[in-house]
Amino acid sequence: MKTKIPLAVCLISGVIMFVQYFLSHPVAISIYSSILDWWQIIFAFTLFIGVAGFIKINLQSISRKKDRPYRLIALSGLILMPVLALIGGTEFGSPFLWAFENMLAPLQATVFSLLAFFVASASYRGFHARSIPAAILLVTAVIVLIGRVPIAEMISESFPKITFWVQNYPSMAARRAILIGIGLGSMTTALRVILGIERTYLSGE
Amino acid sequence: MLTLFVFTKLRYRRLLIQIILFGLVFDVALAVEPNSDPGWLKYETIPTLLFSIISLIIVLYAIWWVKSGRKFNIREIPGLRAVEEAVGRATEMGSSLLYTPGYGGDIQRPTTIASMNILSTVAEKTAEYDCRLIYPTHDPVIMAVAQEVVREGCIKAGHPDRYRPDDIFYISSSQFGYAAAVDGIISREKPASIFLLGTFEAESLILAETGNSIGAIQIAGTDSTIQLAFFIVACDYTLIGEELFAASGYLSRNKEILSSVKAQDIIKIVIAVFVILATIWATLDPSSTWWRF
Repeated sequence: MKTKIPLAVCLISGVIMFVQYFLSHPVAISIYSSILDWWQIIFAFTLFIGVAGFIKINLQSISRKKDRPYRLIALSGLILMPVLALIGGTEFGSPFLWAFENMLAPLQATVFSLLAFFVASASYRGFHARSIPAAILLVTAVIVLIGRVPIAEMISESFPKITFWVQNYPSMAARRAILIGIGLGSMTTALRVILGIERTYLSGE
Repeated sequence: MLTLFVFTKLRYRRLLIQIILFGLVFDVALAVEPNSDPGWLKYETIPTLLFSIISLIIVLYAIWWVKSGRKFNIREIPGLRAVEEAVGRATEMGSSLLYTPGYGGDIQRPTTIASMNILSTVAEKTAEYDCRLIYPTHDPVIMAVAQEVVREGCIKAGHPDRYRPDDIFYISSSQFGYAAAVDGIISREKPASIFLLGTFEAESLILAETGNSIGAIQIAGTDSTIQLAFFIVACDYTLIGEELFAASGYLSRNKEILSSVKAQDIIKIVIAVFVILATIWATLDPSSTWWRF
């Protein structure tokens, strides 16, 4: 009973969601929209649990004097933004929008900009010509990198054409092969869960 | 599903389930618009439906084929062989293990479900070795499911007391807030092993390079072909595409799960035959369109 009910719910939900995809009947459409509404409600409740857990973990760390500055910043951010929104709203010129545009957005841009340096360091490690395949990778990468910048046409008119060919034929063929595998993997994983073969979400199994 | 699972633990579960089912029917009945055209089938989805039915038959055939006692081989996947090594390394070093599903997916995504299946095995092993498992996530629903999966892993290992719910936590729904927080955890906690399994977006290399900088053994896998390239250069092992979905069967050695991997190979052959046929057909008759579905 402990596992049969969740398995039955999973099977029925899975079959309903699968079947409704192919149907245009109003009942099918309303079932789908109802399930989406229910999903939003579940998400809202888990968000409360998530935020409560976040506050609890941070308060525990502060009391243990572990990573105190980081925890205080995290908690102050969590409290500050809703308070600003409640005090001055979220319209243009409000304190909330000011904090978003002048504090949050630059911080996010800073983290995103780290990617440029990480790409450089990862490329440096990845493009060592230790073997024939690695050498092919290195040469291809250099051709594609040069072919994507305006200077390529000055060096040779063939550069952009070669880059286009590499990206649209060998690279695309490999990507499509991986994507077909991912698609089939997704489908079989979904089937395994719906049919009750995969039961990792169940306790006491 | 989780809500219902909680309900089944309650005393009046049957009544509650009846109320929920009644509520669903009532909700649907209210949502149906009167006088709307009662069409039945979306005709543009018929090819998808046919392919789905063929795939389902192949999967069921593969399950029957394995259940009837026939044997087949699954090739070795280095990344999955290294799971035990990664947990062992973290235990030996007296360090922790970090597992994160990435920012790109929610719980409905098959990649996240596949990641949860691997998490189950990893949680079991960490409980067995008494190694700390840290699981930061961007999605509170994933957090709730992961807590359940890890708890179950600890019970399976025979150490329910080693389950630490506070180590499976929600960080932020902001992509770079999540990336910065996980980077901070990696930098401060210095986990000996890092698992990056799920749907990743721009944060993939930010996390993988930070993990690389602290010398952690990294096992990654994603369904994003763009991020795969980053993982390949920055991580020790990368599960490419479908390997991520085959992982739970490979790790648990569950024959029924492995049979679906065999089914995938059969479907691939079907697709390859179809592509070759369509190519020949389109070459002979350029005006043909049936294969475009």
